[in-house]
Order: sequence, then C-alpha cells, then structure tokens
Amino acid sequence: MNKATNVLTVEEAAAQASYPLFVPFIMAGDPHEEATISIALSLQEAGAHILELGIPYSDPLADGPLLQRSAQRALKGGMSLKGALRMIRTMRERGLTIPVVVFSYVNPVLRMGEETFVKEAASAGANGVLIPDLPMEESSFISEVAREKGLSVISLVAPTSAHRIEKIASQAQGFLYCVSSLGVTGTRDAFPDEAYAFIRKVKEASTVPVAVGFGISNRRQVELLDGVSDGIVVGSAIMKIVEEQQEALVSAEKTEREQALNEIKTFVSTLISS
Amino acid sequence: MQQIYPDEHGRYGDYGGKYVPETLMYALEELEEAFNAAWEDESFHEEYQDILREYAGRETPLTFAGHLTEHLGGAEIYLKREDLLHTGAHKLNNAIGQVLLARRMGKSKIVAETGAGQHGVATATVCAKFGLECKVFMGEEDMERQELNVFRMELLGAEVLPASSGNKTLKDATNEAIRYWVTNVEDTFYLIGSVVGPHPYPMIVRNYQRIIGDETKRQMQTRCGSLPDAIAACVGGGSNAIGMFYPFLQDDVKLYGAEAAGMGVHTAMHAATISKGTRGVIHGSLTYLIQDENGQIIEPYSISAGLDYPGIGPEHAHLAESGRVEYTGVTDEEALEALSLLTKKEGILPAIETSHALYLAFEKAKQMDRSERIVICLSGRGDKDVETIRRRMEGESSDE
Repeated sequence: MNKATNVLTVEEAAAQASYPLFVPFIMAGDPHEEATISIALSLQEAGAHILELGIPYSDPLADGPLLQRSAQRALKGGMSLKGALRMIRTMRERGLTIPVVVFSYVNPVLRMGEETFVKEAASAGANGVLIPDLPMEESSFISEVAREKGLSVISLVAPTSAHRIEKIASQAQGFLYCVSSLGVTGTRDAFPDEAYAFIRKVKEASTVPVAVGFGISNRRQVELLDGVSDGIVVGSAIMKIVEEQQEALVSAEKTEREQALNEIKTFVSTLISS
Repeated sequence: MQQIYPDEHGRYGDYGGKYVPETLMYALEELEEAFNAAWEDESFHEEYQDILREYAGRETPLTFAGHLTEHLGGAEIYLKREDLLHTGAHKLNNAIGQVLLARRMGKSKIVAETGAGQHGVATATVCAKFGLECKVFMGEEDMERQELNVFRMELLGAEVLPASSGNKTLKDATNEAIRYWVTNVEDTFYLIGSVVGPHPYPMIVRNYQRIIGDETKRQMQTRCGSLPDAIAACVGGGSNAIGMFYPFLQDDVKLYGAEAAGMGVHTAMHAATISKGTRGVIHGSLTYLIQDENGQIIEPYSISAGLDYPGIGPEHAHLAESGRVEYTGVTDEEALEALSLLTKKEGILPAIETSHALYLAFEKAKQMDRSERIVICLSGRGDKDVETIRRRMEGESSDE
C-alpha cells in the first residue's frame, strides 16, 4: 500500500480481487475532463478494482472505430498526455482510491520523454502504465525507469503470441492483459472456441492474475470466463454508453449528468454482480 | 567501411525497431525468417529476376538527357527510367518481390495500402498475375483525387476499401491496412509499399528496390566508365530513393533526397519530414515525423499524393542524421516547374512525385562542372497526374 494515501498498488488490487477482477477502460477527456473524473468515480463505486485511463491519440492502430471516435472527441477538446496526468491528480483529490493504469500509445510518451513521463505519472498518482504498441523487445528502458518509481508495466499477450507467451508471462507485473481474439478493440458477441484454450494456457504460464480484454460486452461472456481467467478488461462497451450519453454527461443539469452516470453503473452491475 | 544496417534489433542507428501490438509480433518474426531464407535461396532470386525481366520489363534504361544538359549548362544529366517499368513506376519491383514471398509462406490473401494508387495498382497487378486475393485500403480523399487508379485496381480484380479516418489519405489508409492485418494476420500477407513500418519491412522493401541502384551502377560504368558524381531521388516514405542510394552508400557519390515542401516549409502545408519533423514512432517504426508538442501526428500536405505522408523510412532518418544523404524540401510550384521543363526538353512526362527530385537535381546540376555527372531516379511517369497538372495550370492562368 502507498504510505501517503490509501491507494493500493496494481499488484495488490489484482491479487485481492475475487472473480471477476474488473478493469474498466475510459478515455481521458471524452466527452470532457469533468465528465471523465465523474465516470472514474462512478466506476469505482460500481466495483472497479483498477482503472485504465486511456490517453487519446491521433493514430490508434489497435483500436476499432468506437475508440477512434472517442479519441477524436477528446483531442478536439484539447486533451493530452500532460492534461490526463493532471486529471489523475484531481481524481485522487476527489476520492479515487483504486489504482490507475495509464494507457498510452508510445508516441506521446516518447514525445514527453520516457523518464519524464514515468516521473510525472507517479507523482500525479498513477500506479501503472500500459503501452499497446511497445512489445517486450522495445520496453526494457521504460520498464526499468518505471520500476524505480514503483509503477507496474502491464504486458499484453495475444492469441498469436505462440512461443512468446511464456517469456511475456514471466515478466508480467500487476496483471497480465490477455487479448481475447485477433483484431482491434470493439465489442464482440462471443469469443471463438479456441479462445478459452488459449486463455487457459496463458493462465498456466502466468504468475500474476490474468484479465481478458477485447470484445467483452455482456454478462454471458463474463460467466463463461469464470474459472478460466481472473478478470476482465472492458473498454468499448463502456465508451459506447459514454458516446450515447455524451450530451447528458456535460449537461448543466445535475440530474441529467447523474442519470447518465447511472446508465454506466447499471451496465457494470449487470456485467459483474453475482 | 560503414556498418551494415539494420542490426539484429531491426535498427538503423537509433531508428527503426518494431513498435506494434503484440498480436503482430509473431507474424513479423515469421516474415523475417521467411525473407531471410528466400534471400539466401538462389532459386528465389532466379524466379524474381525472371519475372522482372520477362514481365516487368527490366532492366530499365539509363537515358542521357542531352537537350536538358545543354539548356542548364552544368553537369551531364542522366535519368534512370523506372517510369518505363510495367505499371509506370518503381513500385512494381517491391510488389513482385513481396508477392513471391507471400507465396513461399503459403499466404493466399494480400492486403496493401495506397496513396496515389501506384502501389495499389502494382500490388493488384501482381496479385492478378499470380491469382491471389487482393484488398487495397485507400483514403477516401485519395479515392476521389485518383478516381482512375481506383477503377484500374478494380479492373485488375482487387477490392478497394475506403479509409475514412483522419484526413482520409495515405497515413489513414496505412492505419486501416494494419488494423485489417491485425484482424486477419493468420492467412493474410501485408504488402507494404514503402521502406516504412516495423522491422523487417524497411529492410525487405529496400532489398527489393536496390535493383534500381545496382543497375544504375552497372550502366554508368558501361556508358561512362565511372560512377556518377551525384544522385538525386524524391522521398515520401522513401523506397525509390533508398533503392537508388543503397548500392552507392560506400562510394564517393553525393546523394540528394528531395522531400515535399508543399506550399513551403515556413507554412503549415508541407510534408517535409526531415526538415521539419522530430523523432517519434509512426506505423511501427522509430523515425522522424511531423507531430505536435503532445506527440499527436499532424496531417501533412503535398500536391503529390505519393509524398503526402507524415513519416519517412527509418533508414533515411539515420542517413540524414549521419549526414550521408542531404535532404532538401521542394515546393509544389518548383516541382511543377521542373516537370514542365523535362517534358519540353526531353519529351518525358514525369510523375509529380519524381518532379521534386528533378527540381533539386537541376539546381545542383547548374552549380556543377560540365565534366561532372548527376543521375536522377525517374521513379514514375506522369500520366496519372495529367488531370491535376491541367487543373493547376488552368487555375494559375485564370488567376492572372
């Protein structure tokens, strides 16, 4: 536990959660900074164990149309990596105590400088980083500086990882992000049959909890993964509600904003409550 | 002796590497292995050379531009005629090489990106010849600008898919092609069109394009008994340039790269990556790119769809940093001026992309001695650009 606050590390939160370890992804600044902060707090209230905070990027190669649109809206509103780190500070002040993993494509991180990024992220109150286009071959430098600052570097493993699974799993920190199926982010109704065998294999190789992401959007999927994985990462399904509720989320009327946040909380509870 | 790049990490000095989602990493490993095996296999080279000779029309001529040399009054000007290659540009060298590689790997589906449509047409052409399924992503904006090339690809049996994100140009088409590849990586071969992207692509494309420089070297020796004093080529992603430069890197030959300065490098409307870019990652490779202070990629601009790209091949970034190649921005207007001059003096209509290299080379030639020689990589022909040129010239005269 972090001495200054009551914030758990990613390791602690992941290890303590009972199924499903729930890791929601939201895009910083979509539809607006204030709304993102409220969504984060609502997700914590709804039972999130770890928050993945996405940094909007102009060319998000691993994302489907929904998260591309989300990033575009956030960029149009002026959001940036710097702005998102500032926002984490505010979230902490407003009572966010779950660990925060900063999800950013590598270019904004390089532009800021890897060391500066890690230092600023840690000081803002982030607990981990996830860089989807930084495979293990390219990540040794940032892993080293992140370790010095106490940040977990979250690794991804994919159905095509093949012989790479063991090496990735052996280096995993916090939790291992297991990509359910080939392709970009976005909701899928079901996973291919072979996905379960793959997740089992990853689980066997991993010394940290395994959370499955890419395409999770309904209760049935979460039930099917019970006993296979330790948890779930849910992004597009949440950001789809944010997109639908974007006007209400920035409404001048408090009741409208709360109603929109309730939509998100209701979705989460149908997804993860037993 | 300079070090040979890429190194075992796929780096050219600091640049290059593999910055892609984990889903693609194994595919890149497989690709590298397959390429290395093919490159060491004599039968692969025999097949590749046969197709280049009998189907593509290699070797391409080296033309002495006598009338133009006389007009400019400086160095002798020679043109390496990639415009005479089948489909009208150097792109075919690479498309043939990669399709043969895909076949060796047992992949029957090809996906590619295209800007102006030249790489798309080259890919669709080779896929037609070998009976492979072909999908080409093209920015919606480019599909409108290059309507005829869209039809040409469809005629060749390819499916052209619109990329509707961003500025709807080459960068966005590349994003969509990579996203498609991530989804279909098991049976699909991604046939990238330039020396960009994650390792091993910049190396593969360079090796399939170096035939331009290898032939030029031989042809200059035969015709003039010596190497040229200087060489110029245009650079978007940089495949024709690296293909031309690579065999000359160890020689005492000045190398000039012309990048697109659009409306001028002092404006925001350019694609001058080396002159105005900074270090960063685009499409899986650490290189120079045009970006803002937050690391967001800025949409480039050039009259030429083929140079309208915010990044550049990592080997060029390295050659710029080491000083081996000098890169200079050439504006839309300067390129069109050179296009006009070559057409009038030599009866050769070059592509607008190529015309950037022509302008730079003409400026250099004027300052060189009459006893010296400069070779320009005439990377493509201008038939595809006639409509753009006409509109531009009519627009300009009606403004006066």
